[in-house]
Amino acid sequence: MTDIPMDSMVRAAAHPRRDIGLKARYAAERRFRIYGALAISVGLAFLAIMLITIVSKGYTAFWQTTVTLPINFDEKLIDPSNKRATDPSVLIKANYPKLAERALIAKLGIDPSNKPMVMKLKGFLSEGARVQLRDIVAADPSVIGTTRDVNILAAANLDSAFKGQIDLSVEEARRKVSDQQITWMNKLKADGVMAEHFNTGLFSYGASSRPETSGMGVAIIGSFYMMVIVLLLALPIGVAASIYLEEFAKKNRLTDLIEVNINNLAAVPSIVFGLLGLAVFINFLGMPRSAAFVGGLVLTLMTLPTIIIATRAALAAVPPSIRSAALGLGASKMQMVFHHILPLAAPGILTGTIIGLARALGETAPLLLIGMVAFVADYPTTPFDPATALPVQIYMWANEAERAFVERMSGAIIILLVFLMAMNITAIVLRRRFERRW
Amino acid sequence: MSSLLVLAIVVAIGVVAFLIGRQRAAAHENGTVKPHSRAHYHGWWAFLLAVLPALLLLAVWTIGSSVYLDRHIHAALPERTADSKVASEALDVSLVKSLAKGIRRLDANTLPASFAELQPLLAAKGVALATDTQDYMIPIAVEANKVQDRLGLFGAVITLALAIAGAFYALRQIAPRARARNNVERLMLWGLLAASTIAILTTIGIVLSMLFQTITFFESVSPMSFFFGTVWDPRFADAGSGGSQGQFGLIPLLAGTLYIAAVALLVAVPVGLMSAVYMAEYASPKVRGVVKPALELLAGIPTIVYGIFAVVTLGPFLRDLSAALTGGSPFIQGQSIFTAGLVMGIMLIPVVSSLSDDIITAVPRAMRDGSLGLGATRSETIKRVILPAALPGIVGAILLTASRAIGETMIVVLAAGVAANLTVNPFEAMTTITVKIVNQLTGDLEFNSPQTLVAFALGLTLFALTLVMNIVALYIVRKYREQYE
Repeated sequence: MTDIPMDSMVRAAAHPRRDIGLKARYAAERRFRIYGALAISVGLAFLAIMLITIVSKGYTAFWQTTVTLPINFDEKLIDPSNKRATDPSVLIKANYPKLAERALIAKLGIDPSNKPMVMKLKGFLSEGARVQLRDIVAADPSVIGTTRDVNILAAANLDSAFKGQIDLSVEEARRKVSDQQITWMNKLKADGVMAEHFNTGLFSYGASSRPETSGMGVAIIGSFYMMVIVLLLALPIGVAASIYLEEFAKKNRLTDLIEVNINNLAAVPSIVFGLLGLAVFINFLGMPRSAAFVGGLVLTLMTLPTIIIATRAALAAVPPSIRSAALGLGASKMQMVFHHILPLAAPGILTGTIIGLARALGETAPLLLIGMVAFVADYPTTPFDPATALPVQIYMWANEAERAFVERMSGAIIILLVFLMAMNITAIVLRRRFERRW
Repeated sequence: MSSLLVLAIVVAIGVVAFLIGRQRAAAHENGTVKPHSRAHYHGWWAFLLAVLPALLLLAVWTIGSSVYLDRHIHAALPERTADSKVASEALDVSLVKSLAKGIRRLDANTLPASFAELQPLLAAKGVALATDTQDYMIPIAVEANKVQDRLGLFGAVITLALAIAGAFYALRQIAPRARARNNVERLMLWGLLAASTIAILTTIGIVLSMLFQTITFFESVSPMSFFFGTVWDPRFADAGSGGSQGQFGLIPLLAGTLYIAAVALLVAVPVGLMSAVYMAEYASPKVRGVVKPALELLAGIPTIVYGIFAVVTLGPFLRDLSAALTGGSPFIQGQSIFTAGLVMGIMLIPVVSSLSDDIITAVPRAMRDGSLGLGATRSETIKRVILPAALPGIVGAILLTASRAIGETMIVVLAAGVAANLTVNPFEAMTTITVKIVNQLTGDLEFNSPQTLVAFALGLTLFALTLVMNIVALYIVRKYREQYE
């Protein structure tokens, strides 16, 4: 420090005390800095912990254990009295699980008359085998009487055991797979018959009470419909509203009221929009419950303020010189906005829209209230059919007790997060790339 | 004719009008008189005149005819008596309507007279009807279909006539000096204004929808026992029994909401504020370039994921940890105020940090330089100059964050528990207003019972609470910005 000893008597006495003070002040400075760094690390650490736990729990959901069995589509069992030409419902009602069971018995070399052993096979293959085999026969009835290799889904418990997620040191009565089943599993594994495949069912199946045949097909379609509706409604309306407020609105009561409303709506809890949707769209206007269309409308109202605020910022960032130039060359105000300002503001608007869409995609609470917590097994063909959404599907799986559902849920979260991260990163990159300092 | 078909025809008329209009106007462009508007503006004006009035009429007609149809069915229904088989008049009308919809799929001449015969016929067509549909409803439904067809046809004819008339009127107006551009732009301006009033309509919709339901709710439960009741026990009643028994005390829910929000703020405010300070004052551009997007990603994670993290990972972990600490029974429950608050706090860290970052960077450079020039260290500058100067803004930011915490739903639905306790122990479960709104409104519900209506009263309370906080916060933040601009 620049202490010039003018009055050396006083300075000499004061000097040491000042020095000590400085040390303490620098220490405080260092401490403060460390607190700051610590705070950031805490935030980032939580992000890391959350992502790691979810990924470690969920990555196995992308694989599914199947057993490849030579299924003999026995005519005697499927259609004993040969009526399928006149009564196709025979093919629907046939005892398909029996076909799979027979093939499995043959494969394992069990004596079919040994009833206790056959009983132990119960719960080895998925109940979904019924639908799987039925669909094969329904698609091509000529397979009846022939033998064909089919990948049959293993039951959820066997799937977990195969992936090594079931603790085999627990005594047999307290776990869900018996020792005999484990022995069979190892035998099939050694034969190369039982193996893990990429789980396409996770993306294509609808709701099901069995983990191995439940998937996010309906939820993905529902979320897709909703995103399309939000994009089609919120983007034009939001941009129009922003243009009015930023370029045309006179400073008056109405404008003030609109601005206060928009800012406030941006901070209204999302669940309130759900109540609005339930009371107005479903009860008052009589729209169907659980429909993606209603969900899309609710999410549109929720996303609008975000898009409006981002668009206004983007419009305001376009310098006045552009406006003056356009007007000076004889453009009308409308032409100035639509031909010059809007294209220049487009990257900012796009960024805001993507962020708004990402928020809408991850939103759950309002959708719970309009009945999207529904057991929907069939694909919705229009936005007016019952559907679910990705985050709602995750919520429903979170409420299931079976461990295999937790695996599926974590897998679904990974997919949702991948979508959201992709959207957010696109927005960040767009902003970096097109951000223009005038 | 269905309204969708009419709509398509109207738009088609509009397109034709646009093409003709543009062509006619283009013919003027090489004339002696300098045209006022470009040709496509004439085309658009013709399109708008053809389509807009017709669509307006179509909308009014559709709404009007559905109201008329309701009244018609209502009038045709037999007088209600004490032994009516259908629970309410509204149900009566809706049964007739769904029946009418189903009958449309059948041949009108061979219609059976009793519901018992009708049901299998409709089931074969894939129409499922409520079992309490009565025989007397069938002729009413048939009649209703006829009325509906007549109304629809009449409406379609008027709409199409209006569209054609509009198109002709616009096309006749085309002249070199006609001010088509001004007309189109005036309409566009109205369109822009209409888009921006949607925000007001949404707010009105929120307030009115919740207000009406809340008033109905207060008819069966007194406001006093709602706002000051300390017991929450709504007791789902059997459908139709009226079921005004049960107690709807707001206090335990409000207490839980505020408690969890307070815990969340205790986590989020120090951490978020410190990271904002670090980012604004210390971090090198490189660190900023990495950490800021990372925090934005944290903010982009949906709340359901936080909730699941709380209930699947953190809750059991804390429970086992506390069990290990005491060597026996856990003192932290799997679902607890602490867990929910902690996770909500993590969720709010990026919210606090990005809001305060803006506010801290808005403090003028001169104040910073003045303090540093007087020999203060950076941390002293921050603590004694920047933070006091930014205080109003930070208070506003904290208020906004608190309103987020109060309205947060998915984390508390999963992690806070459903039992409405009044407790001060942060390691026990408590429930919140948002949890109860979700609980009361999911599953099978009878819409007019107090058990479901209470959700709207809760929603209105929540809306009022957050509205006040938001308005105060936005006012403070705006005042603060103006101060330094």
